[in-house]
Amino acid sequence: MSTRSIESKLAILSDAAKYDASCASSGSTKRDSRDGKGLGSNGGSGICHAYAPDGRCISLLKILMTNFCIYDCAYCVNRVSSNVERARFTVDEVVKLTIEFYRRNYIEGLFLSSGIIRSPDVTMSEMVQIARKLRHEENFRGYIHLKTIPDAAPELIAEAGLLADRLSINVELPTDAAVTQYAPEKDPAQIRKAMGHVRLRKEDSNDRSHTGKRPPKFAPAGQSTQVIVGADASNDATILGQSTRLYSSYGLKRVYYSAFSPIPDSSQNLPLIRPPLKREHRLYQADWLLRFYGFELDEITDVTKDGNLELDYDPKLAWALAHRGLFPLDVNRASREMLLRVPGFGVRTVNRILSTRRHRSLRYEDLTRMGVSMKKARAFVTVTGWSPNKLTDSADLRARFAPPPEQLSLL
Amino acid sequence: MTVVVTMPMIGTAQAWRDAARGLINANIPPCDVSWGDETAPAGLWDSPPPPCTGKVLTVPKEFLSIARSVVWHSDPARFSLLYQVLWRLRDTPGLLQDRADPELARLRQLQKNVHRCQHKMKAFVRFREIGSPDDPRRSFAAWFEPSHFTVEPTAPWFARRFGDMDWRIITPSVTASFIDGELRYAEGQSKPPLPEDASEQLWTTYFRNIFNPARVKVKAMQSEMPKKYWKNMPEAAAIPDLIASAPARVRAMNDAAPTLPPLRVEKVQQQLAQLPESVWSGNADALRAEISACTRCPLHCHATQAVHGEGPMDAALMIVGEQPGDTEDLAGRPFVGPAGKLLDQLCAETEVDRSKAYITNAVKHFKFKPRGKRRIHQQPSTTEVEQCKWWLDAERAAVQPRVILAMGASAALSLTGNGKDMRNRRGRVHQLDDGTPVVLTFHPSYLLRLQDPDAREAATDLLRTDLTRAHQLAQNLAVRITPDGGGAPVRAAPQ
Repeated sequence: MSTRSIESKLAILSDAAKYDASCASSGSTKRDSRDGKGLGSNGGSGICHAYAPDGRCISLLKILMTNFCIYDCAYCVNRVSSNVERARFTVDEVVKLTIEFYRRNYIEGLFLSSGIIRSPDVTMSEMVQIARKLRHEENFRGYIHLKTIPDAAPELIAEAGLLADRLSINVELPTDAAVTQYAPEKDPAQIRKAMGHVRLRKEDSNDRSHTGKRPPKFAPAGQSTQVIVGADASNDATILGQSTRLYSSYGLKRVYYSAFSPIPDSSQNLPLIRPPLKREHRLYQADWLLRFYGFELDEITDVTKDGNLELDYDPKLAWALAHRGLFPLDVNRASREMLLRVPGFGVRTVNRILSTRRHRSLRYEDLTRMGVSMKKARAFVTVTGWSPNKLTDSADLRARFAPPPEQLSLL
Repeated sequence: MTVVVTMPMIGTAQAWRDAARGLINANIPPCDVSWGDETAPAGLWDSPPPPCTGKVLTVPKEFLSIARSVVWHSDPARFSLLYQVLWRLRDTPGLLQDRADPELARLRQLQKNVHRCQHKMKAFVRFREIGSPDDPRRSFAAWFEPSHFTVEPTAPWFARRFGDMDWRIITPSVTASFIDGELRYAEGQSKPPLPEDASEQLWTTYFRNIFNPARVKVKAMQSEMPKKYWKNMPEAAAIPDLIASAPARVRAMNDAAPTLPPLRVEKVQQQLAQLPESVWSGNADALRAEISACTRCPLHCHATQAVHGEGPMDAALMIVGEQPGDTEDLAGRPFVGPAGKLLDQLCAETEVDRSKAYITNAVKHFKFKPRGKRRIHQQPSTTEVEQCKWWLDAERAAVQPRVILAMGASAALSLTGNGKDMRNRRGRVHQLDDGTPVVLTFHPSYLLRLQDPDAREAATDLLRTDLTRAHQLAQNLAVRITPDGGGAPVRAAPQ
């Protein structure tokens, strides 16, 4: 069977890996190879080396070690009961691909995931072997992201964390009930336990020993997870509620939302309704509001009755439209907390406004120069040279922000 | 009279800085300076710039970093604009804090353009191997066409990244080469013929397959990867075909009837059943397994895990706390966080051996409210304490301690049915129905919350006393105790 060329293996195993949304390569320790003894560097921001026509960035070589899997998760293209083509990379093949792609400046590093073969421990130890070979034999100093198998032994996770920049464990679905229903072999409690383990390890690696020596860094770029949106009936309030708990409990760097998209040879057990991609986008926006704009969860989800975010309005705009009594705000006097709630103002804009306000009062043109989207913001602010007058309270304000009508397709 | 300053193509940043220093020291206003690159024609009355001498003008760091980027922009007005702002900075040192100044806004825009161009260069340069893969030091070359003069500021980044190989980046304006660890710049060239590279085929295969046809977002792709870069990227050739074939591929996926699972599923399921027990589940006796699977109240869906009691199953002393905290929830063990450390310290001071006591909590799951990156502890409700009493009773029945130390209101509530007025009730002893004495005391985390050092010291003393008393009772020593619920102190006789 093992006569597949490396090219056909790459085709199968990258095709199988594309449903993982994460491609981040930022936020790890600074290192480089200026000493001429290794390959690769890392530091600060990540770099997207290409973009696919699906609008997603390609930063890492995102592949599965194998797409053989003994689990039967309904939403997954690689589940045991699916008839997709199967392939398996050897350790050396993954290492060689990563190094050759990296030398040609195609990628920032490797994102390695895998179907589960034989047992979680066997699979994880083979993934760790790849990372070990890259780091110790090839002296690779680029980015490595390892998808961690929650059931794998703690020692394997510990070694993975020392070799990789980021570890991730997918929570897969928004509720425990949904995980049990669609991924019968997975245990949501075990997933949380493994994430807790990673957080504890990471915190331990920050403590200096009594001699003042720092232990080696554990997963310096932190851990992340992914939730599939729209495969079960959970509403956005449930999904975001889970995210806030995950952020607070396990110090996650990111929760990725992945709108369930049709897969080849899909399972009969899944709903046929495909969620709009917009929903995923709105969830990310809400996630940002929760983490960087001081919004509370209920403030965002109480705007609509069914607990879902509005698709036609971004969550901040929807909140502002529902709380017009608080607007318009005087840009020259409002507090930071309130400025952050103005639609069209981002964190950076607010910082700029505050730093300029110390010197002089702001005019309308100044705001446009600072990168404010005034089309959105102007109904909610007053500033020298601009007053929204009755616009803030006008009955058709909501309609003004509605997306333009679209002609139905003739086909 | 106009002073003409000519900027070289290589080393522009330093050249501009030197020239600007000379001009500003000589007090030459921006309107009298004409900036040009090497191609600009010289005027008849032009004079060369004064050399940089003597006193030094101090400018904010941020201006320097702006200047270091903007000099690489392709806009011919960049040098004069920089000098204009430098001139204004002499009188208004706080100018840079004004985020809305039109000239600065323009400079910042240029800076942003250069940064973006540098970023895209780091992303989109594609090397081809020009040596043999077996060479001890491999060599690569790339042809790239940046929008601005970004080779020089970006080359050090490539040197840091590709330290163990030789490389050249050839552009129409400047060529950077990194040979044997030395970075050099030379004049630009026209596009050289670079040899075919077999990895490009593999890379394109990867690009084709990582694309998800069910979510075509061409605009999102083009805004980040503008078409001008496509001609030098091997994978870009596949884009038109990927976009064109996407709708048909999605239709095919939707139309495909569900297939029957392959035959090997049955074999795999047998194999799955034989998998050894995961090490995570630990040495699970029946009670532990039941507690872990508890769904009696909604707390279980949010906490990481149920935290069982820990200690010898024949312990004489049982210590009951409130509920696991943040650390306990992650580690799966009781009293290992800050309150646990304090308990350890108190145990050491009172010579109570913690490892000989059975330590557990009134509630087995952590109740919290997420706030940003932290979890804020929430006191368990009466219902939750009552639901969990089931497990505490089961643990009590299994361990059969001689005495129980109830720390905090929730433990008191669970064991005595009353969690109120702990300040007055602490130190007293409640008799359970089966006769086991329960010594009531504060929870260690209460001490941690006390701000006033005197109050904290006093409360710590009381906790120490109670811990000692419980220990002595467990040792079958005669102790003077005050019964909970009123009554005169009595002398507890050893059983």
